[in-house]
Amino acid sequence: MYAGLDVGSRTIKFINFDNTVRDSVVIETGVNPLRRCQELLSGRSHERLVVTGYGRHLVASALRGEVVSEIRAFAKGSRYLYSDCHTVIDIGGQDCKVIALSDEGEIQKFEMNDRCAAGTGKFLEIMANTLEIDIRELGALALSASKVVQINSLCTVFAESEVVSLIARGEEVNAIALALHEAITTRIVTMARRVGTKERIVFAGGAALNICLRQLVGQKLGANLAIPTEPQTVGALGAALLAKEFAMSNNTLQ
Amino acid sequence: MTTDNKEMWAELGIDLKPHDALLGALGPIFQEVYLSQKNRPEGMGFFDFVVGDIHGIRVQELRQHAMNGGKVVATYCVFVPEELVWAADAIPVGLCAGTQFSVPLAEEVLPRNTCALIKSSFGFKLGRICPYVQASHLIVGETTCDGKKKMFEILNQYQPVYVMEVPNKKTSLSRDLWLGEVIAFKDVIEKLTGNKITLNKLTQAIKSVNERRRALQRLYNLRKARPVPISGKDALLVTQVSFYDDVNRCITQVNALCDELEKRADSGKGVAPAKAPRILISGNPMAIPNWKLHHIVESAGAVVVCEESCTGTRFFSDLVQNEKPNTVEKALKSIAERYLQIHCACFTPNEERLDDIVRLAREYQADGVVHYNLQFCHTYANEAVQVEKLLAKEGIPLLRIETDYSDEDTGQLRTRVEAFLEMIRR
Repeated sequence: MYAGLDVGSRTIKFINFDNTVRDSVVIETGVNPLRRCQELLSGRSHERLVVTGYGRHLVASALRGEVVSEIRAFAKGSRYLYSDCHTVIDIGGQDCKVIALSDEGEIQKFEMNDRCAAGTGKFLEIMANTLEIDIRELGALALSASKVVQINSLCTVFAESEVVSLIARGEEVNAIALALHEAITTRIVTMARRVGTKERIVFAGGAALNICLRQLVGQKLGANLAIPTEPQTVGALGAALLAKEFAMSNNTLQ
Repeated sequence: MTTDNKEMWAELGIDLKPHDALLGALGPIFQEVYLSQKNRPEGMGFFDFVVGDIHGIRVQELRQHAMNGGKVVATYCVFVPEELVWAADAIPVGLCAGTQFSVPLAEEVLPRNTCALIKSSFGFKLGRICPYVQASHLIVGETTCDGKKKMFEILNQYQPVYVMEVPNKKTSLSRDLWLGEVIAFKDVIEKLTGNKITLNKLTQAIKSVNERRRALQRLYNLRKARPVPISGKDALLVTQVSFYDDVNRCITQVNALCDELEKRADSGKGVAPAKAPRILISGNPMAIPNWKLHHIVESAGAVVVCEESCTGTRFFSDLVQNEKPNTVEKALKSIAERYLQIHCACFTPNEERLDDIVRLAREYQADGVVHYNLQFCHTYANEAVQVEKLLAKEGIPLLRIETDYSDEDTGQLRTRVEAFLEMIRR
């Protein structure tokens, strides 16, 4: 078995792989990611482990795993799921990225947000909270909006005060929710245009679970997005595939 | 810290409590970033010592100089012609402005969306935590960006500031303006010091500063070796220290270091494996103690081989051509010409810098370029669009980083740098 672990800011994703995915788990990261990972791995065996995600350096040595960046992991996982994938869009808990792949699947170029939470899952989570809506319902709710309002700010802090004033103006929650999705879409599509997109475009990361984002991003890019069945675990899958690759070539991290 | 230092700082009007906190914070950072490196050249000992006593011995020298009636001239930019300062028996010091520590202080006055370099430098004065600022008799600013330009007006309310006008184009009109600025600066320095800048003194200063430039050129040339005999962090430190150290001592120390590096290079000894990715960093200056990006890049297994920056090649790649001028006027002309060859993003157009990046990437066998941009520095950020286009055409991988002095984005930066290295390693 080859294990991939993606230690994200919000959730930890785990995949065990030999010739196919044998095990797939998503749990909350919590305040002690290392302990979470240890609990996750206990009782599961693997020959080799590759760790990715924001917390990779925190846990890798204790778990005797090798480290790769999320960008490489998502590229690998997406390419495995869709052999014709040329672009990966990943929106996770605290970052978003767009990766361009060559015909051979090599990373040609990528863009990633800097420190701010604009355009990330965290942004939606905070806004869902402000609107008193379950994050899982937010996408469907937005799609049922009967009118269009505008959120101008992408900054999480400013956008939240915009939301508050829209509420105070009596705007319907559905329309506000839609406006928030539009704002994120603008951000990610701008990033995608900078990198340059080529089909097939895979949309991965936790935010790809959101039905409204899937629709808007696809519309804005004028493309049919490929959404993996488990968009959250694409990075962990990529890490597991790299673990296998390293084992086969008997290559520690080059 | 010795009692002598404490007394001196108090005399200079330093706010001792935050100043202690600043030095207290610097120690562990220097330990982690520098002293923990393996395989360092012995010649770095001098530079470690200078940083270890960063507000001590050099400040004492400046104080001694002042007590003997000499003047200290503080600068922020490589455009200020230091030859004129030395020639008037004054001492120029390049101020640091590379730490987050003084940024919150500055934000009490300056707009937050100002670049970290401006905020850091202003905060040092506002908080009275930099003995170099306190020990200087004149601060010389320049017009290389609008933020600095306006900051100098405010800084002038705290300490005398003189601003040189750096033109924004490289036409003959601009050259005339700049020559006029250099001549005017000579008068300012003569008035400040009461010393006449003679041909003899000026020739001597040109020789010394050129000699330091040659020493730094030698250091950078040695970084072209594979494996590289010195880390990027160490080379950056040498450049940073040379901004405020005595020019002749600096020449000796840099050359001693180079002698050692030459032996290393000859015997194929390096600080990183020969196959470690080689990175050229291009963009904004990194004032001491800003080692953030170098530390991230080198901790990820790559090695920085060159800086196309004002704390890099722009500081020393051009010499004052006329080393034996027969009049002061000719000397000033040659000095003015030399400084206008600095390819700063304040110029339009600035194609020479684009050419430099490609040339340096080739000369240093860089596997990739990291474009370093301080947040809110519009000239470099916008010029980066052209850098990106050109490097794509030349097939040189590029990573654009926009950041400041704080540590809050270190995680994201590591991810991007590691992904970039994975990309260029294949």
